[in-house]
Amino acid sequence: MVRLFLSMLGLLVSVGTATAQDLQSVLQTHADEIAKPSRGSVSVALDDMQALGLPQVPVFLEAWSDRSVWQAEDNGLFFIGEKDGDTLALRDVDTGAQSTADAGGFTQIRPNGGVRRVIGAALVQFQLSDPDPARRQAALDTIARRGDASQLAPLAASLTGEEDPALYARKQQLITFLTARFGDTPEARIAAIESLAKDTSVEARAVLSQVLATTSGVSTQAPEANIAAILDPMEDRAAFYAELVDAGLAPAIVPAGDIRAALAANIEEGRVAGIPVAQLSDPAIRAEAYRTLAQDGIVPPLVTDDDIDVALRSVVFFDAYVEDDTAITQAARATLDAVETRVGIAQTVDLSLDALSLASIYFLAAIGLAITFGQMGVINMAHGEFIMMGAYTGYVVQLVVPDYTVSLIIALPLAFAVTFGAGVAMERLVIRHLYHRPLETLLATFGISIALQQIAKNIFGTQARPLTSPDWLSGALVISDNIQISYIRIAIFVLALVFLALLMFILKRTRLGLEVRAVTQNPGMAASMGINPDRVNMMTFGLGSGIAGVAGVGIGLYAQVTSEMGANYIVQSFMTVVVGGVGSVFGTLAGAGLIGFLQKGIEWLNPSNTLAAQTYMILFIILFIQFRPKGIVAPKGRAAAD
Amino acid sequence: MTSLLELSGISKSFDGFQAINNLSLQIGEPELRAVIGPNGAGKTTFMDIITGKTKPDTGTILFGDDNRSLIGMSESDIASLGIGRKFQKPTVFEAQTVRENLAMALKNPRGPFSVLFYRKTKDGAARLDSIAEEINLTDHLQRPAGELSHGQKQWLEIGMLLAQSPRLLLVDEPAAGMTAHEREHTTDILKRAAQTCAVIVVEHDMEFVRRLNCKVTVLHEGSVLAEGSLDHVTKNPTVIDVYLGRTDAGH
Amino acid sequence: MEKRTTFIGRNPSVLYFLVALGLFTALVTVMSEATGAGLISTSFVKTLGKTLCLCLIAIAMDVVWGYCGILSLGHFAFFGIGGYAIGMWLMYARTEIIVADSLAGQVIPPTPQEISDAIGNQIFGVVGSSDFPLLWAFADHLWIQLAMVVLVPGLLALVFGWLAFRSRVTGVYLSILTQAMTLALSLYLFQNDSGLRGNNGLSGLQNIPGFEDSGQDVVSVAFFLASAAALALGYLLFAWITDSKLGNIIEAIRDDEARVRFLGYHVESYKLFVFTITAIVAGIAGALYYPQAGIINPAEIAPIASIYLAVWVAIGGRGRLYGAVIGAALVSLLSSWFTGGGAPNIDLGVYTIQWVDWWLVLLGLTFVLVTLFAPKGIGGLFDKLVRKS
Repeated sequence: MVRLFLSMLGLLVSVGTATAQDLQSVLQTHADEIAKPSRGSVSVALDDMQALGLPQVPVFLEAWSDRSVWQAEDNGLFFIGEKDGDTLALRDVDTGAQSTADAGGFTQIRPNGGVRRVIGAALVQFQLSDPDPARRQAALDTIARRGDASQLAPLAASLTGEEDPALYARKQQLITFLTARFGDTPEARIAAIESLAKDTSVEARAVLSQVLATTSGVSTQAPEANIAAILDPMEDRAAFYAELVDAGLAPAIVPAGDIRAALAANIEEGRVAGIPVAQLSDPAIRAEAYRTLAQDGIVPPLVTDDDIDVALRSVVFFDAYVEDDTAITQAARATLDAVETRVGIAQTVDLSLDALSLASIYFLAAIGLAITFGQMGVINMAHGEFIMMGAYTGYVVQLVVPDYTVSLIIALPLAFAVTFGAGVAMERLVIRHLYHRPLETLLATFGISIALQQIAKNIFGTQARPLTSPDWLSGALVISDNIQISYIRIAIFVLALVFLALLMFILKRTRLGLEVRAVTQNPGMAASMGINPDRVNMMTFGLGSGIAGVAGVGIGLYAQVTSEMGANYIVQSFMTVVVGGVGSVFGTLAGAGLIGFLQKGIEWLNPSNTLAAQTYMILFIILFIQFRPKGIVAPKGRAAAD
Repeated sequence: MTSLLELSGISKSFDGFQAINNLSLQIGEPELRAVIGPNGAGKTTFMDIITGKTKPDTGTILFGDDNRSLIGMSESDIASLGIGRKFQKPTVFEAQTVRENLAMALKNPRGPFSVLFYRKTKDGAARLDSIAEEINLTDHLQRPAGELSHGQKQWLEIGMLLAQSPRLLLVDEPAAGMTAHEREHTTDILKRAAQTCAVIVVEHDMEFVRRLNCKVTVLHEGSVLAEGSLDHVTKNPTVIDVYLGRTDAGH
Repeated sequence: MEKRTTFIGRNPSVLYFLVALGLFTALVTVMSEATGAGLISTSFVKTLGKTLCLCLIAIAMDVVWGYCGILSLGHFAFFGIGGYAIGMWLMYARTEIIVADSLAGQVIPPTPQEISDAIGNQIFGVVGSSDFPLLWAFADHLWIQLAMVVLVPGLLALVFGWLAFRSRVTGVYLSILTQAMTLALSLYLFQNDSGLRGNNGLSGLQNIPGFEDSGQDVVSVAFFLASAAALALGYLLFAWITDSKLGNIIEAIRDDEARVRFLGYHVESYKLFVFTITAIVAGIAGALYYPQAGIINPAEIAPIASIYLAVWVAIGGRGRLYGAVIGAALVSLLSSWFTGGGAPNIDLGVYTIQWVDWWLVLLGLTFVLVTLFAPKGIGGLFDKLVRKS
């Protein structure tokens, strides 16, 4: 890509400018060095070309290095060419004018490896001082990808002319990286290495790891090298013994299959080495038979466990640094440790952000439940299905309204309305008949839950439906290499905060909130004061359900919408409410926080296994409830003593 | 008369509300004692603390001959020591018969396995019948307790207390909702019980207390305001001020 | 005073139930393929046998919920554990036979290690392992695995119940906690490194080692009879428990736990006793169920299964053992009839109601209606009829 880009740019420029001194004439001046270059002689030609400062120079250098430069045998002119069968597609080195010719009249220039490295370095120098910042950036990217010692000098040389501050900083950084790896003196390298202590980027750590690259080795005596570690072969006997075998220091283990095959091949009249075949099911006898065969030289000798131990103990396994200078490896090791501490801190921050967004999801999923369970003592097993209903509402809106931003703006209130209605209907038809029978409410709402789940399955099918987020929500906020968080998660976090604020407002500042609290504390008294408990219960239930719907849209944006998505959240939601303390918005917040952070923490300890994380988390919660049966934010007052 | 139950320095607060405040009290065995006090005086909390339902913040409760501390013991262990409690609302097991209710209360081993393999004994049946007679429910033994009248439920609950063969009976408003005739009978039951064990009656109804004819403790704001005969305490000006005047107006 | 003093006299339904079960069992056995009559297919005998196991766990559920008031949403977990315990032996022993057969053809007789490796490979190959986990240490001992059918659910219930009851977790909290326990267990089993083959579960359980020569028709009748016997014994056990004074106490706990405590009963011990013994019976039911089902996997243990159990008992009628039997049998058989395509679809012209899709909707709504209008379930209707006559 870069190359194509460079050559096209070169063409464009060269067509417009016809200078007095063109590249071809310089090439002709040094025709011999160009045609048969050697490492010693080529630099003079390169210096002259560089002095030209023409844009077509790097194009030529690249072609030269790529063995795409051809010299006409008749007049000695150089062209950039591409061979196609017997014909050559030629380009003028200055104008880029295209022509074709018979390949017979041209000689391909084939610089050797050493020369190509010199050309490459010169090329880099060109690119690094190129007037176009994009090309300078491209050159720096190349260096960052494949750094080598030869780039150090040109990079340092290009620093003085650099005007772009971002590129200047990048160049400095790359100089440090290259110095750390290829600096002339140990002192320079150590200084560069130590200056990396505060750089937590993946690149800087890669540089340090490269300095600390090791090779593993095995030796019969104490090894003479810059030793990184002496290894204990007993930790993985099989692998270390295999290494010994590879190094030719020990005989290979005879696999059980081979032993059996060898024995089978040597059966004579129902006996192997004089032992009846029937007895060979005993491992000791089988080994004895094989050993006898081995003594006769028929089969390779048996390697027993003891043999392996002896062989492993007689040698030293070690990891040695490729770098011989201990001072440098020590400095790099110390620096890397320091960097990793910083990286660890950054990862902790990242993990905390993850946990925070998970906690937001749990909070959103659970808060509606906390209202119905906490304020009304009603267990709503269909809560998860209300979440699902909200998510499907979002999906249907997206089918009708193609603009994702607009559809999201429509979906949020609509989901609230739909599930609010469903909640009110459920309260009217079912739950109000079951107050004071909480276990039966649990069962009846469970019946509704399976019916709703199956209806959703019948309507929308079993496959997951997408709920696409608008473009401005895709991507992630990148704070550093180690800390980043997707915008969707931020949005869910914000949504959770908005709901927290909204609920606090409704419960503390509005008439409905006052009535809800009055009915919760003393329904009889509330009724005598003119509050209609029926209406309050209905509104409370509607509110809790409506929030579930909105949570459904939020969750649908980040997870997939299926008919079973509600069921996946219901147990966690109950846990959140119970752990947090029933009847308190802040309790739910605390519960969601605890569960979110706990789950992420356990996942971090055992990253490969999210199932295990959930298992352990639930076990933790069961134990937690032993010690705080009323949750983190326990209900207060005399009522709590009952 | 020796001291059976001794409360000293008991305090308990709920979120800053001082329900019981440095309460000290002694009950002998046998003794009949009435506890009176205005609403919120801490009567129910006082019973909750003795029966282990509520843990006091400070103070000691000693019970029995060996002065065992009741603090920290579970409700069932305290009940097994011989402390029976009747609640303000009659709480009997409505789905079960009167006989089954009484049988459950009979003093017998309380472990699940001894209960599982429990066989009826002649003694037990005799004791059950005598209690049924005492509480006037002999004819109702086979009826589900839920079918009884309010007063009969109160008696059944008192009968269940008696069946426990307790040393201390805590009775919360036994006469509530009873007819005059039923009250009289209740008074007799309690008086008879008090001949063998200690009985603490919490009551609002002054007439009922007067008929019990026993020592009275007046609770106010979680501590003892006055103690003595009913005539004695009703003459106490502070008591008149905080309790009697208001109660008369209220009832 | 007390006229009906004998156990049967006080509980005539026990006698009726046992007679009905006996007749039913005899009838099915005679009509099965094993006797040559073939009026009932082997697969239907298995379905009936499985239904009897479900009835057994349903009466356990009835005792813990209907009598003692603990709405456990975890008893199907105990059922599953019972299934896994016996399944391990069935799978191990059968694989051992297969492996022995395949190794017998080799010129050199295999060592014990080779046999064990081959069995491990057969069983754990699907989860990318060949080593026997510690869990399988006794898989080759039938008697130990049979003991585990009882011990593992019992101990789990004991520990879990002790933790939950001592901290006075009651009502819906306890239900949710038991549901969490079930979820944790099924999530654990779903892991490939759980040692129980992850979501593959255990399979081939219908092949009973040592009875390779008997066809499935005979094996199915044997398990059917065993299930019927287990149900009869379980019914007698629970009828005896609920009839005893302990039955009174647990019903009292259901109605007013605090009052029972003030009578001096250690409520937690009673709950623990009921929770544990019903868990053990659930484990036994599971151990009989899964050899008839042939396969067990973690999805069977998911919390939803335990809730269905509650649904059966509620529809059948709580607080009466026969109610639980009726509920479990009726709903589970109807369920397989509807979802198995047995029920005719209803053509409404614009839309055809396919019961495979709509059965759960019907069940869910029926359940809501039962909870609302017939809280005593079918058993309650039964009682009304008996009282009228």
